[in-house]
Amino acid sequence: MTEGNAIHSSIGDNIIVCRDVHKWFDDFHVLRGISLTVERQEVVVICGPSGSGKSTFIRTINRLEEHQRGDIIVDGIELTHDIRNIEAIRREVGMVFQQFNLFPHLPVLQNITLAPIWARKWPKDKAEEVAMQLLERVGIPEQAHKYPGQLSGGQQQRVAIARALAMQPKIMLFDEPTSALDPEMITEVLDVMRELAYSGMTMIVVTHEMGFAKEVANRIVFFDEGNIVEQDTPEEFFKNPKEERTKLFLSQILTH
Amino acid sequence: MSTVSTTVVRPPSPPGPVRWLKKNLFSTWYNTLLTVLAAVVVFFVLRGVLTWVLFTANWAPVTNSLKLFAVGQYPPDQLWRVGTILFMVSFLFGLSWRVWGGTVRTFALTLAIVLGVLSVLPISMSLTLRLGFLANPVLTFIGYQVGRTPIGKSLWVVLGWLLSFVLTIILLTGVEGANWLPRVETGLWGGLLLTFLLALVGIVASFPIGVLLALGRQSSLPVLKAFCIAFIEIVRGVPLVTILFMASIILPLFLPEEVRVDRVLRAMMGMTLFAAAYMAENIRGGLQAIPLGQVEAAKAVGLDGFQIMLFIVLPQALRLVIPAIVGQFIALFMDTTLAVIVGLMELLAVGRAVLEINVEWKLLNMEVYIFIAAVFWIFNYAMSYASRHLEMALGVGER
Repeated sequence: MTEGNAIHSSIGDNIIVCRDVHKWFDDFHVLRGISLTVERQEVVVICGPSGSGKSTFIRTINRLEEHQRGDIIVDGIELTHDIRNIEAIRREVGMVFQQFNLFPHLPVLQNITLAPIWARKWPKDKAEEVAMQLLERVGIPEQAHKYPGQLSGGQQQRVAIARALAMQPKIMLFDEPTSALDPEMITEVLDVMRELAYSGMTMIVVTHEMGFAKEVANRIVFFDEGNIVEQDTPEEFFKNPKEERTKLFLSQILTH
Repeated sequence: MSTVSTTVVRPPSPPGPVRWLKKNLFSTWYNTLLTVLAAVVVFFVLRGVLTWVLFTANWAPVTNSLKLFAVGQYPPDQLWRVGTILFMVSFLFGLSWRVWGGTVRTFALTLAIVLGVLSVLPISMSLTLRLGFLANPVLTFIGYQVGRTPIGKSLWVVLGWLLSFVLTIILLTGVEGANWLPRVETGLWGGLLLTFLLALVGIVASFPIGVLLALGRQSSLPVLKAFCIAFIEIVRGVPLVTILFMASIILPLFLPEEVRVDRVLRAMMGMTLFAAAYMAENIRGGLQAIPLGQVEAAKAVGLDGFQIMLFIVLPQALRLVIPAIVGQFIALFMDTTLAVIVGLMELLAVGRAVLEINVEWKLLNMEVYIFIAAVFWIFNYAMSYASRHLEMALGVGER
């Protein structure tokens, strides 16, 4: 069986297929053969110690990082050097960053409408209408005309989620979305993410919020040193971790 | 419970003038000593300067040559063209004031007041000229009123300014063979008019070229990148005088006889390219200060490279380097005095020429140079003032 056949036979309802993905930063081998498939409407939580490659991995899915070996197929499109391919995939994949990365020179509403207007070619009215609906959904419609710098961290991150959703993506990637937030603001962001998961969005979430993982995830994937050490349902993962490395990690984060 | 919440705690009220003086000027014995010493120095300097300006100095070379200082040897019977340009500017300032408000108001008012005062100044001046000056504040007022109508939109104002720029060039040069608008050789342009034109063209043209060079320098295309680096480093490595020389003396030697580029235009091109190289480096500084996360976020929502540059990176980068860019505009404005090297009669050159007009004026160079310095200072200060307010206006919501 050729590699190409293997890829196609495994797509089915899998919206993301990664096979033997490798990446190096200079000589540092950061991803050492990651194979992971994600089904439509699945919520996958990725956890692991820092430096284990989990952020790098989800950044390869929308080509913010380039992988050097292996295949990544997103919604039937294989990621190659072709820039139009990459832009097509990025329009279908929303991303939320640890540091929010809102555009500080634009008001909230324009942060959200910019991409629909220019990348989706929507008329301004439609884009603004959708943006206002999304701001309602994340609970801050009254902040539409403020600048990002005038909002709290939690509000900024909710705007960032609305900005990603405005492109009506099929997949949402979250790269440690609550790690830069003060404790009392984490809940408001997790609430939005929880609602999004229940609405049927396909999500890959890199996070240390184990409560969220237990409650929302269909599957938890544990990364260490560029490998997937273990993956399982939340119940099994927390109750019966099989690998020593996983047990050590869980004992460290659950007892602090 | 309500008793707690009703008590509003206010910040301490600011100190009165007496306490302010005591705190800032007379807090310790040495502070008091410095205050007194400074006051004495300021008093004597001010008295000396004012006495000289008002009584000792002989301003005859300035007051008798205002036309030369303003427009050089531009034909007197064609001066209405310069007047028309001034009318356009006054009108547009009024319009911009109504539409944009803020700092533009200060500029519109200052211009209107200065020109209004000029019209009643007790120096020898024709009645037509006086009326011409007086018309400017009126036009500013009309422009302001027009700004209330549907024309008062930013787009129209910007178009108006661009159009006025084109009209200015056409009005000043004239049309070949037209009786009502005969050609005026650029050699006759001079004074503040020429200084303004050199600076304005340099500023307007060097900015986009600088942006393109800065982007080119960061490009991933090796040939483009090498060209931009070579251009920037070569131009930055030679003095402006050299470039002006090359543009006006050496360049024509290489060009065929038919391709005669006008002398003023050549100086403008030289200054523009010179300024663009420095502009590129300033803008590159701004580009490098934009966090990578901004570009990643823009990529992640599906914007293409051009859109990311236009909507995300450049607006933020340019805002960061406004002070540096304005500093460069000011330098460019003063560098126009170097055009005298290639025989152009800009403001400073007019000043030197004026001293030669009359034997009695020969020793009055102090008055002439101080006048020229004052003129430069006024316009440079205006630019610096505008830059500060622009920064504040654009800084909205920044962390």
